[in-house]
Amino acid sequence: MLYREAGQFKASYATDQQIFPIRQDRIAVAALTALAFVIVPLVADQYWLSAILIPFLIFALAAVGLNILTGYAGQLSLGTAAFMAVGAFGAWNFVLRVPGMPLLVAFALGGICAALVGIVFGLPSLRIKGFYLAVATLAAQFFVVWALTKFNWFSNYSTSGVITTQRMEILGFAFDTPRAKYFLTLTVVVVLALAAKNMVRSSIGRAWMAIRDMDVAAEVIGIPMLRTKLLAFAISSFYAGVAGALYAYCYLGTVEPEGFNLDLSFKILFMIILGGVGSILGSFLGAGFIVLLPIFLNTVARPLENLLGLSLPPGLMSNLELIVFGGLIIFFLIVEPHGLARLWQITKEKLRLWPFPH
Amino acid sequence: MSFFFEVLIGGLLSGVMYSLVALGFVLIYKASGVFNFAQGSLVFFAALTFVGLREHGFNSALALLATLGVMIVLGLLIERIVLRPLVNQPQITLFMATIGLSFVIEGFAQLLWGANVRGLELGIQDEPIEQITTYTGMNVSKFDLSAAGIAALLVTGLALFFSRTRIGRALRAVADDHQAALAVGIPLQQIWGIVWAVAGFVALVAGLLWGARNGVQFALTFVALKALPVLILGGFESIPGAIVGGLIVGASEKLAEVYLGPYVGGGIEGWFPYVLALVFLLFRPEGLFGEKHIDRV
Repeated sequence: MLYREAGQFKASYATDQQIFPIRQDRIAVAALTALAFVIVPLVADQYWLSAILIPFLIFALAAVGLNILTGYAGQLSLGTAAFMAVGAFGAWNFVLRVPGMPLLVAFALGGICAALVGIVFGLPSLRIKGFYLAVATLAAQFFVVWALTKFNWFSNYSTSGVITTQRMEILGFAFDTPRAKYFLTLTVVVVLALAAKNMVRSSIGRAWMAIRDMDVAAEVIGIPMLRTKLLAFAISSFYAGVAGALYAYCYLGTVEPEGFNLDLSFKILFMIILGGVGSILGSFLGAGFIVLLPIFLNTVARPLENLLGLSLPPGLMSNLELIVFGGLIIFFLIVEPHGLARLWQITKEKLRLWPFPH
Repeated sequence: MSFFFEVLIGGLLSGVMYSLVALGFVLIYKASGVFNFAQGSLVFFAALTFVGLREHGFNSALALLATLGVMIVLGLLIERIVLRPLVNQPQITLFMATIGLSFVIEGFAQLLWGANVRGLELGIQDEPIEQITTYTGMNVSKFDLSAAGIAALLVTGLALFFSRTRIGRALRAVADDHQAALAVGIPLQQIWGIVWAVAGFVALVAGLLWGARNGVQFALTFVALKALPVLILGGFESIPGAIVGGLIVGASEKLAEVYLGPYVGGGIEGWFPYVLALVFLLFRPEGLFGEKHIDRV
């Protein structure tokens, strides 16, 4: 009833090709953006902003990056955290070493550093496919973390490579409260996510999907393999790099190379698998799921513990959490292998017919 | 020069240990196309169960048998509960499922047996063999040599199992072509169950040897990460590849650490095998013994 495109006529190519072709979608997206920019900062308290919403947005951005590479271009990567690390340390070094460096430019430059590293480690993708490539991207993961720890120059000779981010200031306005950081993160994420959404439906996005679906066929019809694959690596790493810079500046404040370990890479991979491979929306859904799941488990476990009158040792608790987390992931993969984005799609199909099923 | 050979032999022998873990990966990948990331967790689980059972008063032989039983049941359960519902899904989905599985196994193992580090005594000392030391001046660890012997025994056993038994031949048929195997009446699911059980057994052997060397602790799960460059060097589908790859990785990583490490500040063991494998793959994209891909449009 409410969600039906009947009667929405497209009178020009521009309206036919707009990013959200259905009016209800446009309204929903506008409402959601307004909610995120206006209502949430008014309502949410500090804990929600800095422990849930900011990491959610940052992880969603990293997941969008990985989704471009894995979901759209079909190149499996296990090195996302490494590119995030390059972005974080890159941005930090630009702010540190270039006097008067604007913060957002530093973020972008950090992203570009990550993109360059991504291109280098993406080079093997021209020869290697599938899991061979996935394992090869692990080389990036281990090498980058090692290099950032070993060469102290990157962390300005601090012990064990720990860096503490500088004060953030844009045009004289200091971003030091959770609310201000939330605004900054949200703005960057919204802009980049929109860009990604547009990118994947442009000619370059179609070229990526052609390579994902069958690279030999794509090459035969004239898609330049080298450029397209490396561009996917570069853009994906750029997103991861910017996410890494935000992770350091807006979320943690103090980061070390070891924080960007394989677990983080897997976490982001989980987000896109559970959220939906090849879907920008899926990246957000997956990030929300993975960020909220441990918090949810904790909030459920505590009252349950009190209810049953047990006091579980903390070690037991963390192991149970591990089991439930792994179990849920397997469960979701079995129930809906195409991810949460697919569930949303099915819901939309149902909504179109509701309340008359035929 | 003798130092060089000592490092080389030490590397080769530790490479055998990597091969043992890689073997478990290869078995499952070959038969079902699943890239089983949980193999490291299986290794950890096996070692922990063995040690735990011994602490509860089982003697070694009994504990070994019981652990073997547990591992086989675990393998069958994994196949039944996790992988059968996921048949025909994309490989990346299966891979993610095994990562989830590794969380479950790690959590379960520590829940069952606790998280403290334990020693594992197999009765083989990690000391140089005197005869070799006096003869050539090189230190070759008795433990490493025994581990290599056990690995050789295991590989021979597996090779015989694959080539001489009915089940083994069925396994190879499934590995070659699922559909053809089904068509001639080989029960696919039963075979997958057996493969997982065998992988559980390989994990047990690897777990005992790794546990005896490094202590039974959570870090055992990371040996899976050591096995990955071995896999891409040797090829995912090849058992000889796993062995040769393990030897190459073991030897080159030790040599690099000794001869290259000092120039860049050391600690390169973590990533060197990966970069080596990466460079290697540029020339042979399917590893040393992997199946050649023929792309058809």
